[in-house]
Amino acid sequence: MGSETQHESGMSRRDLLAMVGMAAGSAAMYQAMTSLGLAGESTYRGSPNLSGAPKGTSVLILGAGLAGLTAAYELRKAGYKVSILEYNERPGGRNWSIRGGDKITELGGETQTCGFAKGHYFNPGPWRIPYNHHAVIDYCRQLSVALEPFACLNHNAYFHSTNAFGGKPQRIREIDADLRGHVSDLLSKSAQQDKLDESISKEDKEVLLAALKNWGGLDNENRYTKSAAAASLRGYDRYPGGGLAGPSAPSEPMKLQDLLKSGLWRNLNNFFQFEHQNTMLQPVGGMDMIGKGFAKQLNGLIRYNAKVTEIKQDERGVTVTYVDQKAKGTPKQVKADWCVCTIPASILSQIPTTVSPKMKAAIDAVPYVTSVKVGLQFKRRFWEEDEMIYGGISSTNLPINTISYPSDNFGSKGPGVLLGAYQIVQANSFALASMSAPERIAFALENGSKIHPQYKKEFDNGVAVSWHRMPFTLGCGGMWNPSTRKEHYSNICQIDGRMVLAGEHVSYVNWWQEGAILSALDAITRLHERIVKTKA
Amino acid sequence: MIHVSFSRRALAIGLLALPLSLSAALAQDVKPTIGPPGLAFAPKTGADLYVTVCQGCHMPGGKGAVGAGMYPALNNNKNLEAGAYPVHVIVNGLRGMPPFRAMLNDDQVAAVVNYVRTNFGNSYSDAVTGDDVKLARSAN
Repeated sequence: MGSETQHESGMSRRDLLAMVGMAAGSAAMYQAMTSLGLAGESTYRGSPNLSGAPKGTSVLILGAGLAGLTAAYELRKAGYKVSILEYNERPGGRNWSIRGGDKITELGGETQTCGFAKGHYFNPGPWRIPYNHHAVIDYCRQLSVALEPFACLNHNAYFHSTNAFGGKPQRIREIDADLRGHVSDLLSKSAQQDKLDESISKEDKEVLLAALKNWGGLDNENRYTKSAAAASLRGYDRYPGGGLAGPSAPSEPMKLQDLLKSGLWRNLNNFFQFEHQNTMLQPVGGMDMIGKGFAKQLNGLIRYNAKVTEIKQDERGVTVTYVDQKAKGTPKQVKADWCVCTIPASILSQIPTTVSPKMKAAIDAVPYVTSVKVGLQFKRRFWEEDEMIYGGISSTNLPINTISYPSDNFGSKGPGVLLGAYQIVQANSFALASMSAPERIAFALENGSKIHPQYKKEFDNGVAVSWHRMPFTLGCGGMWNPSTRKEHYSNICQIDGRMVLAGEHVSYVNWWQEGAILSALDAITRLHERIVKTKA
Repeated sequence: MIHVSFSRRALAIGLLALPLSLSAALAQDVKPTIGPPGLAFAPKTGADLYVTVCQGCHMPGGKGAVGAGMYPALNNNKNLEAGAYPVHVIVNGLRGMPPFRAMLNDDQVAAVVNYVRTNFGNSYSDAVTGDDVKLARSAN
């Protein structure tokens, strides 16, 4: 990795995947994957119409994450006899929020007890919902899960690099304004010097100059200077006030060379990719409100603490063996006519399962990505009180990568919980995953204090989650590449005997909740058609 | 990083002179290495690589873990007898385990394989080399 990448931080998954490809010497491969996986809006077309379910037909669902819960909810509505086996003692799977008093046990046996104050939480998994994820939002509507804005782009949050501006965090507003301003200045100059005459008509040139002046905050000579126009975008040295303190003083833009060299501009576009654009949403009170909302509808149908140890099927039905993780004792069996299996491929690949060789090969072809998140509670909301940051995300080249401020309880006097580290895919995510939870928390504090010096004085308590150490997933999400997609994706989607798979790993919207739900809807729609045809 | 290299030296001595349990305890003094942003891992020695890359799943001491699924224990593991096998798994991944071909160079793969095959109760002294890793890269 060249020194250029030292500045990279706050990268989107798209950037990360592109990096995977480049490091593998096959950037095109991975870019193809991301454009296939992430392009276009959701294909959600509303709840499926599953009419004519044969009376008394049973469907066993494995896993009570969003895929399994969606499948159960819709199949029961259609008249099927539905039951769910779930490894955890709660619904939701990766749809999960941690609150005060919660115990988190990672593989290896380390247990943390969360010490957050009442009313505060941390989403270790999914934490924001794009406006274009229509399925997630529609199920929130159906389940009466209240949504509120998740501040993603906050112009007053920071871009930070240890290699730029003496390590002093820069407001996103200033980076954004100065990049636009300087680019507009340069382009205006070229146009004014007739250097664009081959590309643009005289008429269009006048409009272009007007647009650049407007968009770039340029002065009357179309230059980007310390001016009222620039200040209206990047902010003031002295802000407009009242009475005698009224007059404002514009701020000085940073020099183009400094801005370019800083690399901080790299962080900007992350906020303009379609999944991160405003308005992003979050359930009021925690992401797990969605899983809980489904579970309330499916009251009594979910058997928790059930570890699936074998999945057998023949032409008459499916028999699943499980061990109760609380009671232990002898394995128990559940039989059903059909099965929807949403167990992550990382785990399903280890469970003896009656499936075709093609399906088995597909299940074995999906590696799971690493990710670590750290949630930190501080005694007071210093980011709001001292720095006027209300929600949003700061990005840094420090190995914590991200700080995200809570999008709720603005202005409250008590404590606040923020996301203090978010590492995914990169080498350092493995290093963090290898640490104990207290080491990860100390690491997040040490690094974060370089951006917010208040950290050490105001720290109260924290929790850290390594997704590779989560007993129920062994990773944060399934990873496809164009060659595994080509060879295995269609196979993993097929109805195999009396079983069909669903989950984010059986989608092109990997690692998003939308992928889990869309996958479930597609799977049960085809399964329903098969069942009706089989009975006819 | 003085602390880490000191521990490593202590470990090397331990392998020759001390009971196995004590050398394993010393290995746990090695801490994960935080490197620059990006995919490439920074560590070079087997001990540093194990602790940074593998320990998150295979656990300190290679003892593995069991939940809804499991991570195989690497201690006293007969599957390590043929060095080519762990080389292949690290380069190309296996089921839920990600491939590391883009994150580790040939020498790093060889170093971590040689470390695991001579620690945690394993004593396979036929070291693998960067050439063995090249072979595994081309196999997939």
